[in-house]
Amino acid sequence: MDLSYTPEEEQFRARLREWLAKTLPALPPAPSPHDWPGRRAYDLGWQRRLYDAGYAAVHWDATPSVRLIFLEETEKAGAPYVGANFVGLLHAGPTVAAEGTDAQRSRWLPPILRGEEVWCQGFSEPEAGSDLAALRTRARRDGDEYVVTGSKIWTSHAEVADWCELLVRTDPDAQKRRGITWLALPMDAPGVTVRPLRTLTGTAEFAEVFLDEVRVPVGNRVGDENDGWRVTMVTLSFERGTAFAGEVVACRRVLGELAVEARGNGRWDDPALRRRLGRLNAEFRALWRLTQWNVSAAEASGGVPGAGGSVFKLRYSHARQELYDAAAEVLGADCLDLDRPWALDRLASLSYTIAAGTSQIQHGIIAERILGLPKGR
Amino acid sequence: MRFRLTDDQRALRAGVRQVLARHFDGEALRAAAGDGGPGGGGVGGGGVGRTVRPAGPDRALWRALGDAGFFALRLPQSDGGVGLGLPEAVLVFEEAGRALLPGPLVATHLAAGVVPGAATGEAVVTAVHGGLVEWLAEADVVRGDATGAVPLRSLDPLTPLHRVPGAASAPDPVATLLTAAEQLGTAGRVCELAAQHARAREQFGRPIGAFQAVAHLCAGMLVRTETARAAVYGAAVTADPVDVAAARLLADEAAVRGARDCLQVHGGMGFTWESEVHLHLKRAWVRTQRAGEVTESEEVLAADLWPGAP
Repeated sequence: MDLSYTPEEEQFRARLREWLAKTLPALPPAPSPHDWPGRRAYDLGWQRRLYDAGYAAVHWDATPSVRLIFLEETEKAGAPYVGANFVGLLHAGPTVAAEGTDAQRSRWLPPILRGEEVWCQGFSEPEAGSDLAALRTRARRDGDEYVVTGSKIWTSHAEVADWCELLVRTDPDAQKRRGITWLALPMDAPGVTVRPLRTLTGTAEFAEVFLDEVRVPVGNRVGDENDGWRVTMVTLSFERGTAFAGEVVACRRVLGELAVEARGNGRWDDPALRRRLGRLNAEFRALWRLTQWNVSAAEASGGVPGAGGSVFKLRYSHARQELYDAAAEVLGADCLDLDRPWALDRLASLSYTIAAGTSQIQHGIIAERILGLPKGR
Repeated sequence: MRFRLTDDQRALRAGVRQVLARHFDGEALRAAAGDGGPGGGGVGGGGVGRTVRPAGPDRALWRALGDAGFFALRLPQSDGGVGLGLPEAVLVFEEAGRALLPGPLVATHLAAGVVPGAATGEAVVTAVHGGLVEWLAEADVVRGDATGAVPLRSLDPLTPLHRVPGAASAPDPVATLLTAAEQLGTAGRVCELAAQHARAREQFGRPIGAFQAVAHLCAGMLVRTETARAAVYGAAVTADPVDVAAARLLADEAAVRGARDCLQVHGGMGFTWESEVHLHLKRAWVRTQRAGEVTESEEVLAADLWPGAP
């Protein structure tokens, strides 16, 4: 058991810190959350800076430890989030890298790394949420093209995306996981309609995507026809792995800010509140250790984390909600003022126990894959 | 980052598990707990929380633990110890917690190198903590002031207790951490027991683990255990008092809630004396009292957020 880093890893951290200190003050001001073209330009600009400095591919080819250092340091320095680059860097890109042909890799990967193209994700459907494999968007083969009809939901950044990693049903008669295919859909293809989806936070963080007889070249298929479920699973475990490492760092910072706020408004004198914050400190310290534990396991196995990611995701998503509930107690009546810090974060935290596999789905994964309990439903 | 068990640490854990299985298996555990004695109550019998008097920590077992290096683990080799550190001690105490090994293990371990005979297991050493002393009558040496100690009818049949008047002294962080390690062992064990039972027990024509309500209870136990594990192991590496306070809170939660959920998964059998589940819960409750008030640990963690605060 060791929590220290190698000299090479510490060197990486030192160089990154130095670069962040030099680069961040020169960034343009962050755009408004409603300004989608502005957000696209900002996020791509950040990715371009990372590319020029040699950090663009850290999610792909760095060791898990180096990746953890990157997430920790960028968060601590207040660097921009991955934003519009999320799907390209963390889902579609790794999928293409692992399963694509040489031609596909050289077509799609460099623009992701250079911050030139944005990807979105077309997986969930109105009738296929937790039961993703029940998806119904149909792709019919017509010569060298697939003709795609259906609809997708919860698609982030669809308004500004160039590409969509799309799961479609190519064999409606096969067992449901066996008839799915992975396609790269150009978002400017005729028949693609994007409708923003306003969430309970008041902003349109997601969109619905409607596909009406959209023609996609067969060359845009990654992996074999009807093998898309396996191809996709390569990326999904990424999301439950270390993707939240930076957020744990951020939550620990928020906790410190809550203590300062409570000290300022007198609520720190309430022992019940103070101890609630103390408990959250224990929680997020443990989550950071759990992150380091999972990273070490990934490093040892050379692979992406498996069901251990579900343990982290489950615990973290609830802890995040508890953090912002505690923030509401610190704020008192001000917690109802959306112009106060944390009020909006509290609303946004509600999605954490739903997105990327609900808590109920995660419990099921743990029960079946770790504890060996029989399949239920 | 190599925050995982080394090969040596894995071997140590396996070795300790073997030693404990040889000297203190499930049968020995049930024998130690007894059958409750004739007429010994149960609900309505007037004897809930019966007073089985364990014959004291088994001296042969204590010496076997001494021979295995259980107590001398962290003593330098130059002093006849094993020369290992807190991470190894935490792994060993986790195993002791799993096995529900009775006796003042933490106190004797901490006395190694201080109290003659503690390191080798020749002496049974107990200590006053949290206003209580475990195994006072059976111990050779007691550390701390046990003047005026009064026996109480212990809820845990395998831990005799005395109450000690006066203010409780501040708990030693190492004792707190090793207790958290024992709690972690319990948390892992009760999770296993629950999962085993959920796989084997059939109702409505299928294993009860196929029902989500039961499966999710078991999954929750695992999540709490693994989160506590990260906190306990992390604190063993840093030895930071704030990390120790966090480990204590999470390990207490994982052990106590885990044992309760395990009891629930076992249904009616879980409520019997015969099942070992109650022994895990009762010991977990005893251990929660060792490190002082929960609120003190919470205050340590709160103060860490704002070091200038009271």
